[in-house]
Amino acid sequence: MTKKNKPDLERTWDVLVIGGGNAALCAAMSAKENGAGSVLVLEASPKDVRGGNSRHTRNLRYMHGQGNRFLTGPYPEEEFYNDLLQVTKGNTNEELARFTVQQSNDIGDWMMAHGCMFQPAMKGTLSLARTNGFFLGGGKALINGYYRTAAKLGVAVSYETEVVDLEIEDGVFTSATVVHKGEKKKIVAKTVVLACGGFQANLDWLEEAWGPEARNFLVRGTPFDKGTVLRLMQNKGAVTIGDPTQGHMVAIDGRSPKYDGGIVTRLDCVSFGIVLNKNCERFYDEGEEIWPKRYAIWGRLVGQQPEQVAYCIIDAKSIDLFMPSVFPPVEAGTIEELAAKLELDPIKVKETVDNFNRTAGGDLSQFKPGDISDPLSTQGLEPPKTHWARPIDKAPFYAYPLRPGITFTYLSLKINTRAQVIMAGDKPAENIFAAGELVSGNVLGQGYMAGFGMTIGTVFGCVAGKEAANV
Amino acid sequence: MSEKERSEALQEAGRVMTICNSCRYCEGFCAVFPAMELRRTFTDGDLKYLSNLCHNCRDCYYACQFAPPHEYNLNFPQAMANLRGETYREFVWPGFLAPLFKRNGLTIFLATLFSVLGVYLFARMKENGVENILGTWTGDGSFYTIIPEHELLISFSIVALWALIAFIGGIWKFWKTINPTNEKFFSGSGNKGALMDVLRLKYLEGGSYGCNYPDEKFSMSRRYMHHLIFYGFFSCLASTTIAAVMDHVLGMPAPYSWYSLPVILGTLGGTAIIIGLIGMIYLKTNQDQRPLAAEGMVMDYGFIILLLLVNITGLALLFVRDTPLMGSLLILHLGVVFAFFLTLPCGKFVHAIYRYVALVRHNQEQANRK
Repeated sequence: MTKKNKPDLERTWDVLVIGGGNAALCAAMSAKENGAGSVLVLEASPKDVRGGNSRHTRNLRYMHGQGNRFLTGPYPEEEFYNDLLQVTKGNTNEELARFTVQQSNDIGDWMMAHGCMFQPAMKGTLSLARTNGFFLGGGKALINGYYRTAAKLGVAVSYETEVVDLEIEDGVFTSATVVHKGEKKKIVAKTVVLACGGFQANLDWLEEAWGPEARNFLVRGTPFDKGTVLRLMQNKGAVTIGDPTQGHMVAIDGRSPKYDGGIVTRLDCVSFGIVLNKNCERFYDEGEEIWPKRYAIWGRLVGQQPEQVAYCIIDAKSIDLFMPSVFPPVEAGTIEELAAKLELDPIKVKETVDNFNRTAGGDLSQFKPGDISDPLSTQGLEPPKTHWARPIDKAPFYAYPLRPGITFTYLSLKINTRAQVIMAGDKPAENIFAAGELVSGNVLGQGYMAGFGMTIGTVFGCVAGKEAANV
Repeated sequence: MSEKERSEALQEAGRVMTICNSCRYCEGFCAVFPAMELRRTFTDGDLKYLSNLCHNCRDCYYACQFAPPHEYNLNFPQAMANLRGETYREFVWPGFLAPLFKRNGLTIFLATLFSVLGVYLFARMKENGVENILGTWTGDGSFYTIIPEHELLISFSIVALWALIAFIGGIWKFWKTINPTNEKFFSGSGNKGALMDVLRLKYLEGGSYGCNYPDEKFSMSRRYMHHLIFYGFFSCLASTTIAAVMDHVLGMPAPYSWYSLPVILGTLGGTAIIIGLIGMIYLKTNQDQRPLAAEGMVMDYGFIILLLLVNITGLALLFVRDTPLMGSLLILHLGVVFAFFLTLPCGKFVHAIYRYVALVRHNQEQANRK
C-alpha cells in the first residue's frame, strides 16, 4: 500500500513526537485533542513493523471501580498501588507511582474512544481477568487502531525516520536531526515528546551494564529500541533514574531468534519441573511463586548462570499442563539420554534428578497445578522446591533450554507528574516531555507486573501530549 | 505421518498453527482459534478442518506481530487458503474430478459453452426449431415452444441431482477426515449452531467489528455482499421451486406475471445477487494482495462470472419475453443455469459446503467441551 500524504519535514511543527508505539501515539492524539495545531510522529521502523514493543503486548492494567463486559470486577486504587509496591519491593517513586495508578482510572474508556477494542481475558490468563483489559487481537491491533484514529485527528506520521541528534540549549528543545531514507534532515518543532523505548536492543549498551554475558541475552521485542535518544538526553544533561541492569526480563526458549521473537518464545513449564544450569545443578526454587511473578524473576536468574543458559526438565505427567511451546521440547526415554541430547553430563544430571526425586513428593493426589496452595514440596533439599514438587519419573522425559529474554530496560529519563524531563540541577525542561518505556524506571525500580508497561505508556503519553500542546 | 509425506500446504499450515497456538492473541476474532486451542498438536485432519473453518476475514493478518516481513513470516489467511484449495481437490466426489479445480477457469468456460450449445441444438432439433427460436411467443407455456416441458424438467432434475449427490459424497469424505472420534454428523446441536452461524455469517464479522477486507480497516462490506448473494440465492431458489410447483403440480404454466410470487422473488433475488457479485468483484480487485492465496482467484472469478451470467440472463429474459429475442435469451439462460449446476460441485461453491461442515464440527466440539 502506498502512503498518500508524506509529511512535510521542512516546516515548523507544534509538537514533535519521537517514537511510534503506544506512548507516542497516546501523546500525539492527546496533543492534537488538546489544541496542538500540527503534530508529527517520527517512527524509526518501516510501517509494517511499526509500534515498537507495543506490537507484542496484549493487555493493560488499569484502575476501575467496577467490572464490565471484559473485566470481571473492580480494581481499586489501593489494591493496584499495593500490588505495585509489592513487585517493586518499594523501589518506586511514591508520588509518580500514586499518580500513575490514579491517572489510569477508567483509562479503558479513553482507549476505546481512540480505536482500542477490548475482549475478555484470554484463556490461561484468568489471574488477570479482573485487573487487566485485553486487546482484541493483541497489541498490534491496538496500535493499528491508534494509527487510524491519529490519522483522522490529523496527526502526521513519518516512517523509517530515525532520530540521531537533538538540539537542546539551556534546557530548551529547538530541533531534532533525523535520518530518513539515507538523508539527514533537521526537523524544527516548538515542543517534543520523547517516547521511543529503552535501550534493550542495543547489545553494546547491555554489555556495558551487564558485562560480556549480555551478549547471550535474547531481545524479545523490536530491534529498533537502541536507546539513542536516552543516550543523547544523558549527554545533554538530563537526569536519569534507575539501574541499567534492571528491566523486564523473563526466561524464554533458548532457541528463539535474537530479536523480535515475541510472546511465543515464552515457556510456562518452570514450576512443573526442575531447572538445571550448565553444571547440571539446580540453582533456585522452581516452585516459589505462580505466574506472573515467577515469570518475571527467571530471566535474571538464568542471566546469572554460566553461559546464561539453563534447562527445564519435566516428565510425561506435566507436558500438557502449560501453554504449548513454539519449539518442540527435547524428548528422550531416559534422563541420561535426555542429558546427552542437551549436551550435559548424563551422570550428573541423573544424580540431580534422583536427588530431587528422593526428596520430592507426598500425597500426589493433592497436586494443584496453577494454584499456590499446592502442598507438594521437597524435604531437606537445597535449594528447595516449595510447590508442585512431583518426582520426575514418568517417561518420556522432556527438556526446554532457557535463556534470558529482555523485554525492556528500566533505565529512564527522570520526569515529574507533568511528564517534563528533569534536567541537571533538578530543573524541569520547559518543552521536553517523555513517556513510555523511556520513563518506566520512575515507577518501576525493579520487578514487573503484567500489563503495567502499557499503563505507564498510556498514562504518561496522554499527560505528555496534553502538556506539550499547552506549552 | 512424517513431514515428508505432508504436502507443502499442510506443512506450512502446521508450522503456522504451532506458532499461533503458543501466542493465541487472536482467539477473540473467530472460530478457528478457539478450535485450535483444544489441541496441542495438529493432525492432517485437524489442519484440513481448521482451514475450512477459516473465513478469510484477515483480522488476524493485520493483528499479527509475526506477519511478514517478520522472521516467522506468518501469513495465516494465506496458509489456510492454500490448504483449503487443496482440500477442495481432495474431497471432491467423485475423486477423479479433482483436476477440474486446477483448471477451473477452463472448466467453467467449456461447461458454459457446451451447455448453451447443447440447449441450442436441442431447440433446433425440434420441428420448426429456427422459426420457433426467432418467433414472438406470449401467453401460457410460451417457453415450452422453444424447449419442451418434459425434456426441460428431466434434464434439470438430473443436473440438480448430480450436484446434490456430489455434495453428499464430498461431505461424507470431509466429515470422516475431520472427525476421527466418529461423532455423528447430526448429533447434538452442531447443525443448529452451524445454521445460526451461517444465517448470520457470524465469522465474516471477525471479532464483531468486521473483516479487514479489502484492506486493514475493519469493514462489514464483505459480509453484506455475501448476505446479498446468500439470501438472493435462496430467493431465486424459492422462486424456481414455487414456479415449478405452480407449473407442474397446479397446472399454471409459466411465464408468470410481473406481480406473481415467482417473478417478484426471482427479480429481487437476482438483483441482490448481481449487486452482491459486483460488490465482491470490486472488493476482490481492491484487496491487499499480501494475505492472498493467488491460486484461488481464477476459481473465485469463474464462479462469480457464471453466477452473474445466470442472473443477468434471467432478468433480461423477463424484459424481452414478449419480443422475438425471447427464444435466444431463454436458450442462453437455460444454458448457463445448466452449466452452473453442472459445475457446482467442482468450483468455488463448495466453500459454502465445507465451511458449513466445519462449523458443525466446531459447534459440536465447543458443546462437548462444556
